[in-house]
Amino acid sequence: MADRNADLRLENLTKRFGDFVAVDDLSLTVPNGSFFALLGPSGCGKTTTLRMVAGLEDPTDGRVLIGEDDITHLRPYKRPVNTVFQSYALFPHLTIFENVAFGLRRRGVKDYQQKTRDMLELVELGGYGDRKPGQLSGGQQQRVALGRALINEPGVLLLDEPLGALDLKLRRQMQIELKRIQTEIEVTFVHVTHDQEEAMTMADTIAVMNNGVIEQMGAPADLYENPVTTFVANFLGQSNLVRADVIDTAGGDVVVDCHGQKLRLAASRSHAAGRSAWLGVRPEKVFVAASEAEDHTGVNVLTGGRVTDVSFVGVSTQYLVATPWGQELMVFEQNTGRRPAFRNGDEVDLMWAPEHTFLLDADQDAHAGLMTPEDIE
Amino acid sequence: MATDTRLPVAGRSRPRRSGRTRTPVGRWLADHLVLFIGILVLVYMFVPIGYIFALSFNQPSGRSATAEFESFTWSNWTSICEPEGLCDSLRLSVAVSLTATVLATVLGTLMAFALVRHSFRGRAASNLLIFLPMATPEVVMGSSLLAMFVSVGLDGALGFVTIVIAHVLFCLSFVVVTVKARLAGMDARLEQAAMDLYANEWQTFRLVTLPLAMPGIVAAALLAFSLSFDDFIVTNFTAGQSVTFPIFVYGSKLKDFPAQLFVVGSIMFLVSFVFVVAGELWRRRRSIGLG
Amino acid sequence: MSAAPVPAGPQPGSETARRRGWGWLLLVPGMLWLAVFFLFPTVQLVFTSLYDPSGSYEQGYAMTWHVANYVDAVRDTWNLFARSFLYAGIATGVCLALGYPLAYAIAFKAGRWRNVMLVLVIAPFFTSFLLRTLSWRTILSDQGPVTSFLQTISVLPDDGRLLATPVAVIAGLIYNFMPFMTLPLYASLSKVDYRLIEAAGDLYSSPFTGFRKVTFPLSLPGVVSGTLLTFIPACGDYINAELLGTPKQYMVGNRIQAAFLTEHNYPLAASLSLILMALVVLMVVVYVRRAGTEELV
Repeated sequence: MADRNADLRLENLTKRFGDFVAVDDLSLTVPNGSFFALLGPSGCGKTTTLRMVAGLEDPTDGRVLIGEDDITHLRPYKRPVNTVFQSYALFPHLTIFENVAFGLRRRGVKDYQQKTRDMLELVELGGYGDRKPGQLSGGQQQRVALGRALINEPGVLLLDEPLGALDLKLRRQMQIELKRIQTEIEVTFVHVTHDQEEAMTMADTIAVMNNGVIEQMGAPADLYENPVTTFVANFLGQSNLVRADVIDTAGGDVVVDCHGQKLRLAASRSHAAGRSAWLGVRPEKVFVAASEAEDHTGVNVLTGGRVTDVSFVGVSTQYLVATPWGQELMVFEQNTGRRPAFRNGDEVDLMWAPEHTFLLDADQDAHAGLMTPEDIE
Repeated sequence: MATDTRLPVAGRSRPRRSGRTRTPVGRWLADHLVLFIGILVLVYMFVPIGYIFALSFNQPSGRSATAEFESFTWSNWTSICEPEGLCDSLRLSVAVSLTATVLATVLGTLMAFALVRHSFRGRAASNLLIFLPMATPEVVMGSSLLAMFVSVGLDGALGFVTIVIAHVLFCLSFVVVTVKARLAGMDARLEQAAMDLYANEWQTFRLVTLPLAMPGIVAAALLAFSLSFDDFIVTNFTAGQSVTFPIFVYGSKLKDFPAQLFVVGSIMFLVSFVFVVAGELWRRRRSIGLG
Repeated sequence: MSAAPVPAGPQPGSETARRRGWGWLLLVPGMLWLAVFFLFPTVQLVFTSLYDPSGSYEQGYAMTWHVANYVDAVRDTWNLFARSFLYAGIATGVCLALGYPLAYAIAFKAGRWRNVMLVLVIAPFFTSFLLRTLSWRTILSDQGPVTSFLQTISVLPDDGRLLATPVAVIAGLIYNFMPFMTLPLYASLSKVDYRLIEAAGDLYSSPFTGFRKVTFPLSLPGVVSGTLLTFIPACGDYINAELLGTPKQYMVGNRIQAAFLTEHNYPLAASLSLILMALVVLMVVVYVRRAGTEELV
């Protein structure tokens, strides 16, 4: 059996269903003991990737390795990998105790009874051993599924949308709980989700997947602050993207022309290859100021805006500001009470720091990764 | 909004945004009309059962028992085997049905597994061949089987074996359909979860697939048994000189009709009723855990 | 949809759920049974139907490709076919009309009595089919309560009868095939989300429109299988006609039975059987196409 304390490596992993390429030549390394999230919209190939690691799907091409052991074609029950299934897949005809003990008993572990009781205590289901899954609430079922997988002390634990069936409040609670357990037992977690907030809360490393390939991989903050594609910029949080032309790359900074106004940013934040680009900034990084009212030195400014919509959300106010060229940009402003809120029709300037600016390649769809109503579950 | 003239109906009363106002009685009737019709239909279905029960206590004055109720007696219930051949026919029917049920259930379950769980060439043709016997009128199935038995020289040997062959044939399709429905409704992730938890293929089948498919298999077996036990038309073609219970009943209607037949009918009803109720209670107790 | 296309191929998972390999071997024993005892006899029946009718059971038949058997069969018995399909059609229609409210009541109105009612639907049918039909014979007889009642309220003339009329035969068919209609209907209706029916009530306001536009279309698979499971056996039935009717009400099943078992006229019986089977399969195919249900089994 493979070494349980080693990195999980995927090499050129590919899966085709007929003509459809679900996972396209994917390579990545998940360091041992890390909490890794595969994030992407439904159909992006994240679940297929997970299933290939679990052995439930046979790769068309490529390899799956734990340490130096090739497990690509091992049957699921021969892998040091366990899964928390979407909607849990608890055995309805077995008790909670039998569910949790299932893996140990298959492997002929002698003191499975004591271990199962301990695990039930760990997931806070001590008194529930004799019940059937149908008698438990969603959150309890979720903990059974977790205990059933963890009791086998897997090298890698796979979680397929583990919190998808829970309501919002319980989901928050379980996010913290999962993170705590992972830190305690130091097992590699590979977590598949379409919920960006869930991925950012829990994971050390996030890989954003789209159309079978990884768009960008890194720590949550890096991904958020410095996205390299429009898909990541839109899928992870929200972004304002405006058309810009690169006019000067001399020195450490990049200067762009955006509809006649000059803006600058650090070269490390420019991911545009050609002259034409998308300039991006997060809505909460933007300040709104009354037209010509504030000092502009050292910041990026877009002048000539007009407020078209104001929504008061309690902690913040969200503005839609129309630019002279007719695009609507979004601004989130903390309700600090420093000055009264703007109203519809007010003339305003938009300002933000160069270090909050990013530049993306212009041949991408500016709407890639935007949530449409049917994506929201 | 209509003025609130709704009768407080016990249980769920559903407010409706209908513009029309109904009288309380009219509304109650409309709400319960379907239930009322349903119960009437059920009553209709029980009418002959009531007759069979009543006539099982009848002491007929003449030889035939199909007539009116004359006088009450227990004696039919204590002398079930008295009419010649009645209990032999019951024994044969039970033997035939049990054999046919076991064979049809085993063969049909295997087929259902193959169809739901495996892919291969000729699935459509297989489905068609399974469907055709169900679309074949019994009289056609019986007659073609008889013709075959005769042509291969089995006409002297018609009896237990040929009846079982025929019964397995018409039960098979029903078993396949019933088990298939159960398997198709099963979450494939449960088996994957078992594999993920170190159960190999055989253990997965024994510990997860089979227990979960069992209700479907049991239902299929019960269906097969009742189809087989009650069959007259196909049996009549394939039985030769053997007499199953339905053939005995059919034969009796031509001559004297012993009242004990009604006793057997009543017992069949009672036994199956107890069986079904017990099964239902058992299922209910278990299903608390099955959600 | 933002960027992710809906997978065009099979959904992930279907590949493992249906494995390629030796699994089809499980099909072999059952398929052999069907081939030997169903396909082979049916093919043989085709040959039998083409034998020279002047032969006999005792002396054997000569194969003369006597297609005229079919012509004779249709000429002599077309009215039996017409009657069979008429009776079976009426019985199926009435079964649907009665079975639908019953199935609907069990699915949506019975509450905690749901399973009890379901058991009650099946229970009568554990008693012998022949015994039940024979007791209908008693109930519908000239001295029976139903006839007397109908005579009292002048629906039937004083010398009118029920037994030995088409009414009795069709009533028997309805009775005997009721669960074959009710159970598939129930299975289909119980899968319908009651909130959809409520939503229809909310949107269309008329319960009837709601039923026509929402409930009924959703229960269509049950309607299709229920009507098929009723119509097919009803077409070939001969017990009801024999026990509740007279030769005037005989159906094609009676004729086939007699040709096979009493007259031993195998060519005639075979050609009648094949015509019946062909007509039934034809009607089923046309009906299923019309109803738009693909999956039958």
